[in-house]
Amino acid sequence: MSDDTITPTRPPAVPATTPPAAQSPAPRRRVLQRDGAWPWLFVSPLAAGIAVFFVWPVLQTAYYSFTTWGVFGGSTFTGLANYARLVVDPQLWTALGNTLVYTGIVLLGVPLAVWLASLLNTPGLRFASFYRVLFFLPYVAMPTAIAMVWRIIFNGDFGVLNYLLGRVGIEGPYWISTPGAANVAVALVGLWSSLGFAMIILGAGLKSVPPELYEAAELDGATPWRQFRSVTVPLLTPSIFFVLIITIISSFQLFDLQFAILGSQNPVLPKSLSLVYFFYQQGFIANDKGYAAAIAMFIFVLIGLVTLLQFRLQKKWVQS
Amino acid sequence: MTDRAAQVRSAAVLSDPQTLSTTPAALVEAATPQEARREGAPRSGGPARARRASSGRPGRRGRSHVVPHLVLGVGGFLMAFPFLWQIIMSLSTNAEVQSVTPNLWPAELQWQNYVAVFERLPFLDQLRTSVVVTLVRTVAQIVLCTLAGYAFARMRFRGSGVLLAVILSILMVPSQVYLISQYQIVQNLGWLDTIAGIVAPGLFSAFGTFLMRTAFLALPAELEEAARLDGANPFQVFSRVMLPLAVPSISVLAITTVLWSWNELLWPLVVSTYSDRMPLSAGLATLIGDKTTDYPVVMAASLLAMAPVLIAFIVLQRRVIDGLAHSGLK
Repeated sequence: MSDDTITPTRPPAVPATTPPAAQSPAPRRRVLQRDGAWPWLFVSPLAAGIAVFFVWPVLQTAYYSFTTWGVFGGSTFTGLANYARLVVDPQLWTALGNTLVYTGIVLLGVPLAVWLASLLNTPGLRFASFYRVLFFLPYVAMPTAIAMVWRIIFNGDFGVLNYLLGRVGIEGPYWISTPGAANVAVALVGLWSSLGFAMIILGAGLKSVPPELYEAAELDGATPWRQFRSVTVPLLTPSIFFVLIITIISSFQLFDLQFAILGSQNPVLPKSLSLVYFFYQQGFIANDKGYAAAIAMFIFVLIGLVTLLQFRLQKKWVQS
Repeated sequence: MTDRAAQVRSAAVLSDPQTLSTTPAALVEAATPQEARREGAPRSGGPARARRASSGRPGRRGRSHVVPHLVLGVGGFLMAFPFLWQIIMSLSTNAEVQSVTPNLWPAELQWQNYVAVFERLPFLDQLRTSVVVTLVRTVAQIVLCTLAGYAFARMRFRGSGVLLAVILSILMVPSQVYLISQYQIVQNLGWLDTIAGIVAPGLFSAFGTFLMRTAFLALPAELEEAARLDGANPFQVFSRVMLPLAVPSISVLAITTVLWSWNELLWPLVVSTYSDRMPLSAGLATLIGDKTTDYPVVMAASLLAMAPVLIAFIVLQRRVIDGLAHSGLK
């Protein structure tokens, strides 16, 4: 929840919000009247704030990414120097790799969420709302607060996770302070906290699957697994697609959980940090704002490319 | 309430021979710690039963629910476990937390850990900051985004298309891109380490504008026209006629803003240096790394920091879940 970047896609499965394009022209034109200065009174407070705190900063960051900052303030235009430095910085590629590993593990939650959502939508299932609340609880919990207990669960000496692993004969690592394991630990928490949200989006999609299809499948003697594979999943692809985009974009911006679980002094950080953590470190700890601006632009382009790629793929495999 | 749930279950078993097969599920359920948290169940059982009654699918009603209950029960327990563990740890001694064999229950409940939160940590200062920041942002976003969203949906003015496109394009930009510059603006205003600095950029939301515009577009135009013919000015039309109709969407905006603002880490971390000036999210994150950490007190502080949002969520569960699902916000 660290920022409110969303994708332009609406949850395709949720019927309550009708696409604006479908409805707008008619009513809008009828209200066409002379509003004089009124629209500006309505819009300008917000527009001014957006201009100052969002539009201007985006332009400024783009400019900063071409400048180098002195230790005592003041910046000089150095062209592509930051980008040249960035592409050969091993820290960038480590951070990108870590971010991709994190994203990959969190994405494992999507098929899991499809399965859980279909179980949760079993007709007549008792305690369904209770389960729904349980699965959604991690999503609304403050990441930094819940990270505190995960630090204890993952603790190498007295953590309950390693205790349980020990009971089945596995010697668990020092999760928080071992390079690879630290990433896995953060990603498991990421998966845990995002599962409920994916389940709700997918659940809304499931409600739009016509029950007759299941009845027909059942009459044809389809097993529950076969029904799941041949009815549920194909009709759910728009929702699955939406969940994939949301998951990837938010995973690429991993910061809160990593900062809260690993801390800022952890010796494992250079090998484990995410792209946004790298940005934070360069911009606000090392105070190298020009370089950090270049990292931010890199993240921006990366997310843009992934979104574009996904929309290309969507045409291929989303069945409508 | 527990009794009623049991009654319903046994009644179902008696009335429908097929549901006899749910008995193992009930046993499995009883074996997990779910049972201890049964209080929440009957309330949520209500809508579920209503749905079953209205689903009009008698053929599937009698189906055995062993697998769903087993999987969702175990999964739900895993979801809730960190919270339960946090509660247990917050009532233990530091030695109990750090014992190699986990203690499932403290020998003696250490309520004084909760007192220590207020005595040893700047918890009250941080709580006040969190509350003020969240309230101010939520009220500001509701006022500004509703006004702008209405104008974009219902009013015609020169440049509205371009302006809207610019605002919506902000939605595609990850927050890191504007962070450095926002920091400098706040620094130049002399607002570092102040509530004003933490609050400022979050008063304005492109997302909220988009949300409210969509909401107003979906409302019928007839009421509005009638009010205009009666001579109401545009602000009166907005505030008396349209605003009341947009309340469900405004509550979605309020929920997403409160949740985002309360839990946000990066921005408050960047603009505040002293822990007593931080909101709870940043304050907790900077507690760690201290070698002499008193775990139970940290657990108690974390629970107290989450409590307002978690309690609000449990009270308003349906509304929050549906609202977040509609907003598509993460």
